[in-house]
Amino acid sequence: MAAPGDAPPPVVYTMENKPIVTCAGDQSLFTSVYPTLSLQLPREPMEWRRSYGRAPKMIHLESSFVQFKEELLPREGNKALLTFPFLHIYWTECCDTEVYKATVKDDLTKWQNVLRAHSSVDWLIVVIENDAKKRNKTNILPRASIADKIRNDFCNKQSDRCVVLSDPLKDSSRTQESWNAFLTKLRTLLLMSFTKNLGRFEDDMRAVREKRTEPGWSFCEYFMLQEELAFVFEMLQQFEDALVQYDELDALFSQYVLNFGAGDGANWLAFFCQPVRSWSGLALRKPIDMDKRELVRRREASLLDLRSYLFSRQCTLLLFLQRPWEVAQRALGLLHSCVQELRLLEVSVPPGALDCWVFLSCLEVLQRLEGCCDRAQLDANVAHTVGLWSYATEKLKSLGHLCGLVSEEGPDSEDLNRTVDLLAGLGTERPETANTAQSPYKKLKEALSSVEAFQKHYLDLAQASMDMYSSIGRTRSAKLVGKDLAEFHMRKRSPQKAELYLQAALKSYVAEGWALPVTHTRRQLAACQKLLGQLEDYLQTSSLLASDGHLTEDERRYFCQEVVSCAQRPPDSPGRRILLPLESFAQLRELSFRPAGGAVHVGGTLAVDVTLSSRMPAPVPLEQLGLRLHFSAARGPAQPRTSSPSPCPPPLAARGGSPAPELHAVLERSPSDGDGALASAGIICRNVHLLLRAPEPAPGPDAPTRLVLEDGPHALHREGLTLQPGDNLVSFQTQAAEPGTYTLRQLWASLGPVCFLLPRLPPPAQYDVYSQEPQLHVEPLADSLLAGIPQRVRFTVTTGHYTVKQGDSLQLSNVDAMLVLWDADRRASVYSSDREKTSDTTLRVQASDRVTSIGLPAAPAYHVIEFELDVLSLPSAPAASESIGEAARPPWTTQDAQGAEPRMATTDHKVSIDCPWSIYSTVIALTFSMPFRTTHALLSAGTRKYVQVCVQNLSDLDFRLSESCLLDTEGSADLRLVPLHTQALQRLHSRQTLFFVWELLWGRPPPPALQCRFSLGFTPDAQERAPVALRPYTYDFRLEGFFTLYTVCAEIRPPPGAEHCRTGALCSLEVAVTRLSDLLEADRDEALAQGQEQLPTRLLYEVVDNSSNWAVCGKSSGVFAMPVAARATHRVRMEVMPLFAGCLPLPDVRLFKYLPHHSVHSAQPDADSWIENDGVSVDRPADEDSGSVRSRGSAHPAGSGEHRGLPMPRLQALPPGQVFQASAGRQVLVLPSGDDHVLEVSVT
Amino acid sequence: MAVCVAVIAKENYPLYIRSVPTESELKFHYMVHTSLDVVDEKISAMGKALVDQRELYLGLLYPTEDYKVYGYVTNSKVKFVMVVDSSNTALRDNEIRSMFRKLHNSYTDVMCNPFYNPGDRIQSRAFDSMVTTMMIQVC
Repeated sequence: MAAPGDAPPPVVYTMENKPIVTCAGDQSLFTSVYPTLSLQLPREPMEWRRSYGRAPKMIHLESSFVQFKEELLPREGNKALLTFPFLHIYWTECCDTEVYKATVKDDLTKWQNVLRAHSSVDWLIVVIENDAKKRNKTNILPRASIADKIRNDFCNKQSDRCVVLSDPLKDSSRTQESWNAFLTKLRTLLLMSFTKNLGRFEDDMRAVREKRTEPGWSFCEYFMLQEELAFVFEMLQQFEDALVQYDELDALFSQYVLNFGAGDGANWLAFFCQPVRSWSGLALRKPIDMDKRELVRRREASLLDLRSYLFSRQCTLLLFLQRPWEVAQRALGLLHSCVQELRLLEVSVPPGALDCWVFLSCLEVLQRLEGCCDRAQLDANVAHTVGLWSYATEKLKSLGHLCGLVSEEGPDSEDLNRTVDLLAGLGTERPETANTAQSPYKKLKEALSSVEAFQKHYLDLAQASMDMYSSIGRTRSAKLVGKDLAEFHMRKRSPQKAELYLQAALKSYVAEGWALPVTHTRRQLAACQKLLGQLEDYLQTSSLLASDGHLTEDERRYFCQEVVSCAQRPPDSPGRRILLPLESFAQLRELSFRPAGGAVHVGGTLAVDVTLSSRMPAPVPLEQLGLRLHFSAARGPAQPRTSSPSPCPPPLAARGGSPAPELHAVLERSPSDGDGALASAGIICRNVHLLLRAPEPAPGPDAPTRLVLEDGPHALHREGLTLQPGDNLVSFQTQAAEPGTYTLRQLWASLGPVCFLLPRLPPPAQYDVYSQEPQLHVEPLADSLLAGIPQRVRFTVTTGHYTVKQGDSLQLSNVDAMLVLWDADRRASVYSSDREKTSDTTLRVQASDRVTSIGLPAAPAYHVIEFELDVLSLPSAPAASESIGEAARPPWTTQDAQGAEPRMATTDHKVSIDCPWSIYSTVIALTFSMPFRTTHALLSAGTRKYVQVCVQNLSDLDFRLSESCLLDTEGSADLRLVPLHTQALQRLHSRQTLFFVWELLWGRPPPPALQCRFSLGFTPDAQERAPVALRPYTYDFRLEGFFTLYTVCAEIRPPPGAEHCRTGALCSLEVAVTRLSDLLEADRDEALAQGQEQLPTRLLYEVVDNSSNWAVCGKSSGVFAMPVAARATHRVRMEVMPLFAGCLPLPDVRLFKYLPHHSVHSAQPDADSWIENDGVSVDRPADEDSGSVRSRGSAHPAGSGEHRGLPMPRLQALPPGQVFQASAGRQVLVLPSGDDHVLEVSVT
Repeated sequence: MAVCVAVIAKENYPLYIRSVPTESELKFHYMVHTSLDVVDEKISAMGKALVDQRELYLGLLYPTEDYKVYGYVTNSKVKFVMVVDSSNTALRDNEIRSMFRKLHNSYTDVMCNPFYNPGDRIQSRAFDSMVTTMMIQVC
């Protein structure tokens, strides 16, 4: 510490600066107190309240105490703050009034006057009391008196400006106390002084700053001013505040430069625009670079000087603040902005000078950081420093280029001159780094000294920044530095080193899909590979480049030519092939087969059409274009895939692009309303997940797939092609040899030793070669064959591998019921396998009794022979399988009841055909349908009988009908059938029905049964003339019991006295059953069964009203005996009640034959009769059971459940021909009753 | 204003990149690609905190001597990178932010186009002209 005795002017700008406190009065006294004072002062922190709302701070105060001299007091206008004495202390030990009056008071007055003259109000008088001293004197005033006197004399209102320090050198509590009070006072006063003086200083400073627009204002002056403040803050250990001062200066300067750029130039800036003559870089090792500061003060600093100085101060403060990484960050910004500012101010800079400056500065910053942080810290904060590293690398690189150190030849004289100039601008090395081996200065000097040294330094730097980038995961940046390195190596003609970097960079660009960098890097790689003589890789890169759209046409042509010329060069090792992926060379766009199905028979010709889109910019002559096939032999007899559309491979063009959207219409019908109104309609896309998928970056074409050219016997070739740019259609022709499946595996294009290979065809495409057995197909032309008329049938002979020779024929074995018809001019056609007609010849047909021989025209293998023949199936006579009862129902009701179209009856004819290629016969079944459906019915009118035949046309054809005829086949002479219909030709249209009626007349008692045959001639209406005589259609049926035995006559009469029936009123129903004849043939068996006697026939009647018009009161059914005699009549009377008004049909009266249980059948019950009696005991149509019989109180005549298992009387229905309902169709008028709203119904 | 504007897909391939002058296109491609390092770094550094704050602007990615590279990342991790000439000192953070916001809006419009397949290169004319205005506008 500055000793109080010798007081040199303490303007030393080091960190050791402390606020100055002057000491006046008793110097020896002060010297004795000084050690304790300097020790005690900083011990306790003191809160410093700041003006302008700045946050208060706790600071530890330190001071340097100097002897008071008048020169120390600042003169008016002196703005130096560092030398400013903040406090003046007067020390005295005086305890004697006399002495005080004699000397001390004068001294004090003088001191005060000096201070006042300099308007300094920061002073303190310290009175030290010493007990020991006091004791020696006798005339001692009370202790406080001197202090009081001084207070009285000097501190007129500031009594606190005088402090008493008791026995400072003793160790007592009183001493301690007084020390504490003194120190507190001292600190307080110091801080007050700071606040006041700094405040005043700041105000002055601000005033100066406000004048900055005035013409004479100087930035340097202001700089020095504000820096004073910074120094003081630094002195007070307030680094943050100090840094703020520098940052403000920095910002102010930057703003001026910007304004200058915007045209608002300040005069003083012109000074900074002087040409740059020195570029020695930042100097950060000294806390204050006095040389630079002096330059600034003298206004001689260049922009770089100012910036360097400013930054060195900022750096120092930041390091004090333990923020080294901010230094690195700010350094990068500073370097960038310096370069920008020089450019903006249009300062003339020799080429390379800035590079030197930046390089040196980067290294300086980095070394400074290394100097203050340990290794681990540095490694952990590479992210902050790596920018400086790479910036330095970049700059060194450009210096190398500038000085000719990168080129292969080394620097020429011009380069050397430039180097010398650059080195001159560096000046001499600074003394502080002179002893450092690796100082930036030495590094740069060495690097510029020789090519080798440059290479070493450059590679070191580049490697270092690359490693750093990699270590913090900035791979892309590392790759970029690597690329620079590669460029360097390429210039140095060491491509083997460059290749690795280029490959790595290329891989990254390809992986992330950056086209332009890919192209650029690939071009560099090509040059590198060419130098290295990596023929294969070079060709691949060249082909990729030749197809690269980002290159110019000329460059592409060049690389294309490289590929072609390389291929034409004689191979260095014969037989060696260079396999390259095809994708870079050309693209397979489409592949199709001719014939389209991709199926060809043995010996046939197949073409594979390949559309290859060449990506080369120029036509490329190909030696060979080939398709490698994989063959798998056919299993079993191969069949041609005639369902051809599917195996055709989809067009390849769709690949690569997005899949086509599959759209489906969606219609939604509202379920609530029955009319199915449309609720919503829309389109949905079924494969959204495919379409809306973000495309992955396409994997690079040089993905490491091993290219292997497969070997094999099966391949298709084309030689001597020239591939034009764009799409090329290449057709491969092949003669199918061995049957089997051929899968297209690889596509290759070869030029000399170079072979571009597509290792797998993307969708597997294959074609089949088949060998086929000859085959014969016979099929009708129409949907179905109709019996009875000529029908056309097509014969198809698929020859397969068999060659049909002249004279080969098909032998058809004749079937009786089917005729084969032909004309003389029937023709047979021969088609090739792709349905082209090759010949057309007349068909030769010869027929004998048993065999029809059809001569085939000669046809080569794998052809198709087609011809047509007519066949005629003779209509057979379907027997009337229906029972009479069912047939009796009119056909229209039948149709309605079934509700479905009746199916046509069919007949099958099997034809056996002998083919020339086989020893086995082919059996072909032809199914013919009967176009008609026939039903018959027996109709009665009293005793007269009519036969009705109903013919229904089920086919789609119209027919002409003729010669309808009904014959009694048993030929009983008495019987005559008289047609009641016209005999003329009749038309029967499709789906129509025609009825024929005959009256049955007989003389003698008629036979019980009649066998009839109905026959009908028919020809198709469309056909003019039947080619052959057609057989008539026949229909056989049998009529039984057709003679009328009983007449049933019913009559309803109104109640007596009434004119008409009324609803709800009982009417009488009278039923009369009359037998018309004596015993007849038809009746006889029944009678005989009763024994030889003529027993009366027991009959059961039943009154049923199915339409619920009538209510039958009392018994509705009953059994009576009817004598077997003509005109025998039985009458039944019962009560019925009409339920409705109107014309009502009469209720039905049914008649059954009643067979008592003791009859023959029941006497010997067998299994059949048991079954017959089980459940249904009445032989009548089952459906009538369900009909509700409104028979009041009448039990069902025939037993139901309770009779089960017991022998029961049986009922037998009479044949419909035997009962004549005389009253059928009659109606009775029923009037509504007067008060019909009450209807009494009594149920018993 | 901006000398290069790039839109980069989540998978780091360029969806759109345009620069003026065109002769230094390659340089800008390299620059934008390299800047992805810093983008990745910033995205992983901010982690969830910034996602919650919906702060999409990444700020200055890195300065070079001549250019400043700024970044912005959408919620779907699509990145916008803008390169600005260093000498263009009039551009403050706020301007850059608003430019990015404009870019984002325009990009959203592109995405809303039903005929645009996400992941395809952006060829929208509206987007292009918006970028043009950002590039031409001289401050």
